[in-house]
This record gives sequence, C-alpha cells and structure tokens, in this order.
Amino acid sequence: MTDVTVPKPDMIKADGPQRDVSSRDFTVRRRSQSALVLRRFLQHRLAVISLVVFLVLVLLSLFAETWWQYTSTTITDDLSQGPSLKHPMGTDSTGHDLLAKVLAGARVSVLVALLVAVLSTAFGTVFGALSGFYGGRADTLMMRFVDLILTVPSLAILITLGATIAGGGGDPIVIALILASLSWLQIARIIRGLFLSLREKEYVEAARCLGASNRRIIFRHLLPNAVGPIIVNATIVVAVAILAETALSFLGFGIKFPSTSLGLLVAEGQSAASTRPWLFYFPGLVIVLIALTINFVGDGLRDALDPQQNRVRA
Amino acid sequence: MYAFALRRLLISVPLLLVSSMIVYALVHFAGDPLRDLEGRNPPVPPAVLEERRRLLGLDKSLPEQYWNWLTGIVTGDFGPSVKGIDIGADLSRRLGVTMRMVILAILLAVILAMVVGVLSAVKQYSGVDYTATLLGFIALSMPVFWLAALLKEFLAIRINQAIGKTVVYTIGESTPGLEGGLLTKLADQAGHLVLPTIALAAVNYAAWSRYQRSSMLDVLNSDFIRLARAKGLSRRRVMVRHALRCALIPLTTVVALDAGAILGGAVITERVFAWHGMGEMLLNAANDQDVNRLLAWLMVSAVIVVLFNLVADLLYAYLDPRIRYA
Repeated sequence: MTDVTVPKPDMIKADGPQRDVSSRDFTVRRRSQSALVLRRFLQHRLAVISLVVFLVLVLLSLFAETWWQYTSTTITDDLSQGPSLKHPMGTDSTGHDLLAKVLAGARVSVLVALLVAVLSTAFGTVFGALSGFYGGRADTLMMRFVDLILTVPSLAILITLGATIAGGGGDPIVIALILASLSWLQIARIIRGLFLSLREKEYVEAARCLGASNRRIIFRHLLPNAVGPIIVNATIVVAVAILAETALSFLGFGIKFPSTSLGLLVAEGQSAASTRPWLFYFPGLVIVLIALTINFVGDGLRDALDPQQNRVRA
Repeated sequence: MYAFALRRLLISVPLLLVSSMIVYALVHFAGDPLRDLEGRNPPVPPAVLEERRRLLGLDKSLPEQYWNWLTGIVTGDFGPSVKGIDIGADLSRRLGVTMRMVILAILLAVILAMVVGVLSAVKQYSGVDYTATLLGFIALSMPVFWLAALLKEFLAIRINQAIGKTVVYTIGESTPGLEGGLLTKLADQAGHLVLPTIALAAVNYAAWSRYQRSSMLDVLNSDFIRLARAKGLSRRRVMVRHALRCALIPLTTVVALDAGAILGGAVITERVFAWHGMGEMLLNAANDQDVNRLLAWLMVSAVIVVLFNLVADLLYAYLDPRIRYA
C-alpha cells in the first residue's frame, strides 16, 4: 500500500515554514492516494466494463417489475416457447416467462451473495484483527479453530446445515447466514497475517506512547491500513458466494420454492435439457456472467489498491 | 522419511479427535433424526418414537453418546442408520467409486495447471498468456453443476453421434450387469469417468494455474536460474530441472488446501452424472436426517483432507532438497 507521491513543486517553497509544508504535503497525499486508486482502477478497462455490466444487471433485476411486462409468477399462454422477441429467454412448460424468472432469481442470488460478503467480511476482519493483534496463546487457539473447520469440506457442512436449520425451509436470509458462517475463514487468515506485521510498525508504538487504547489502535490505526485486502477479498467472497449458493440450491439444500434462485432454475432446466435447452442455458449463463464480472472487478481492485502484490487469485 | 510420516500421522490423531467433536456437535444440534417420524400423519405411536430414540442412543447424555460413537468408529462400527443401512460396508464401496474420480481429476487439473501456468509465465504478456488468463477467469466463474450438466446434456451426445457408438457415458459410474473380462470392465469404467473428471478438473485448474504462473515468474527472475543459464545449461534443462521443480512447491500447498473443495465439487458432479458414490450418500443422508451416516461421511472426508496434507508435506521434501525429514 505504499504509493510514492511526489509533492507538487509549488508546495516545496523555500520561503514557506517547514511545518506548514509537511502538513500540506500530508493532506495532498491523502487525497491523491484515493485519487490514484481510482485512476488505476479506471485504467483497468475490463474491470470498469465489468463493474458497469454488473451494476446494470443488478439494477435490471431489482427494478424488474417496472420495465418488464411479466413477473416470475405470471402465467402466459405461450407454453414451452423458444426464445423470441416476446419472450427473449423463452417460456417453460407452464407458461412462465423465463426472463422474468431469471431476473427474480438473479435478484435473490445477488442479494444473498452481497449479504454473505458483508457479514463474513465484518466478522472475519474482527476475528483476524483480534487474533493477529493480541498474538500468543489466543492467536494459536483462534487460528487452530479456523484450521479445524477447514478440515471438513465446506459444501458438506453447508448441506448438513441447509437440510436441517429452520427445517430446510430455504429462506434466503437463513441460507445467507449459513453461507456467511463458513465464508469468514479466508479473510480472518489474511487480516491476521497482516496484523501480525502491522502491529510492529512505528506508528503503533507512537500511538501507544500518546496513550491510545488497544481498541483505538486496532480500529483507527491498523484497520485503515488493511482496507485494500479487505475490499479485494470481499469482492471475491461475493463471487464465491454466488457459486456456493447456486450450487446449494441446485442440490436442493439451498433456496427453495416459493423463493427462487439461479441455481434452482438451472436444476429445473436440466430436467428438460434436451427438449427445452433454453431453460437450462440462460440461468447458467447469467450465473457465469455475474461471477465473471465480479471476478474482473476484484482483479481490477487488487491492481488498483495494491500494485505491488502478486496477481494471484485464490 | 517413514519416521516423519509416522510422526505426522500421530499428530493428526488429536486434530481428527477435536474435529470429530466439532462435527458431532454440529450434526447433533443441527439435525433431528426423529423428524420424519414426528411429522407423520397419522401420528406414530410414542412407543415407536421411544424405540427409535433408544436405537440411536438418544436417551443417553450427549458426552455418553459421543463416547459410544467414537469408540464405535475406532473399531469400524459407524453406528445404526435410520434407514437400516450397514454404513461401514456402504461407505467403503462408495469411497472407491468417488476417489477414482477425485484422484484422476486432481491429476488432470495439476497437469493442466502446470502446463498452462508455465507456458504463460515463460511467455508473459503474450497472446498465450492473455488467452490463458481469460480462460482461467471463465473457469473460475463457472458453476461446476452447470458445466457438468452442459457436458452431459450437450457434449456427450455429439461425441457419441460423431463416433457412431456410445463411448462416453453420462449416467452412473459403470454399466450395471456388464459381462466380460477385466479389460472390458476397465474400458467401461473409463468411459463413465471421462466427463465427470473433466468437469471437476476444469473448475479447479484455473486458480492453480494462476499460482503456478506467478511462482514460475518469481523463480525465473531469481539468481540461480541466471547462474544455471550462465554455466551453459540448455534452456530446456533449466526450465524443467531447476525452475519448474522449484515453482511446484507453492502449487503443492494450494492443491492440498483445496482437497476439501474438490471433495465438495465431487458431490455435485456425482449428482449430475447419477453416480452411486460418496456424494449420493451425503445427499441422501442429509435428506433422511440420518445422523450416523452424515457423521461417517464427515469424518471420512476429514481423514482424506488430513491425508492429502500429509502427501503434500512429503512432496515438499522431494521438491525442495533443503527440507529433510530425518
């Protein structure tokens, strides 16, 4: 996260008081830091296009009722029609318009994934921060706990929980909570590793000399320095959560009727894949599109926030 | 090395023990093995519920239940199933079926990741590199169930039509009731393996090839590679013997870490291709709220993940001569 910003020539005036220059330099650098990040992100063309596509998709699905004539429950007279102008994604055997269903499914899937990202990032960050900051025995215990959860395939835990919690009712909020309960491990590890090195920095010592409490050091001094990895990881969690939720719903342990999800739509479409392939193609393509755009945005954010880090994706 | 492997195995015992506690608590608090009986209409007589409770040992305290279950597992008894299935025998048959696919998929994905990663590192910022990156991103964003179904419903039929007879199968892990010698059976199993293995490998190679690319780039820029070239070794020899060997170490770590995710992916591909393996067992057990079958599955998968990590540790020593497990 170190960006060398060359102070503008007009700031280094020989006649100005030294103190004034450094403080003005500091404010300029702060502003230019975020401006630099923004500029670097905007230079990543694929990431910008992806962000636009993703946002358009989210807006279209959120406001589907206002611009599309059918809803996911409307039954039209067209049964099992292929894609046409009237039904761009075709219809199913009961006459539902697939575009309306896909929009409804995308809305649920994206909202669940965003909720998972927010919840798991918040919890994982605090968990990792405490573990890394305090270190010692607490750290060992907390990280061993994380390792233990990782010894069991997370999909198996998700299936177990999805089948049992709330009687397997398939409420999107419950599914989001279940997914979040397993998604915080990665960010906790990253933040813990970061805090182990950050806590040794001079500015932490300085803050402590000035009488700052541990709480203040963690939240006001260390966390802002970890914001890059947190944001990047949160975007990756969104992509991973979309894939996990749709997989869970596909298997029948995630979101269920009357709510809908893209995974559920693929499962329905697969049963008639040879006769009505569009029912299978479109929901899956939308999943790929959402996950792909988020992954590209994450990649752009990584390059923008942390140009020195290796471009490795997990 | 044997001493090291043995020591590592011994260390995994407490790990698995604690893991078994967590798994037991999870399944115990999340599931209700009596739900299917309790929800029935007309209601099941209380005596039946009582009998089921006694059969599953639910009338005892939780620590006692756990202890009974644990001592059973050590002797190979996974406890009673609500469906009356012999869990141990069922599990061992299914394990073979699933591991066949999982191990092949890992091998395929590792080879793909190595080739793609090395190529795009050696030819950094070339067309090959960009194509590989784009393909990697697409694979990373591909839901495994959709890819598997796509292969099954659309690719398989085309292939079989093109060849003129069924070569790749889309249902089951082998043809039931097949007569013939060992060779016929092997060919049949291979035909069933192709598509699920490709689907499982495709979604996993992407992240691995990115790791391989960046670790290869790191190695290629290091001094010992320049020295190897300077002392006159051929480019090919430097790449394979010096650079690749070194660059494989991070990949080993990542593959071992992803072992659990691959088992999860196998559950999905098995479902799509209607295999009677571990995946089907997990899904059925979860549907039936069959506590002991779920527990058996979770414990076996934990053991597999631990074993994968052990293999990774042993591979480090082979790849990195500085590591000695004497």
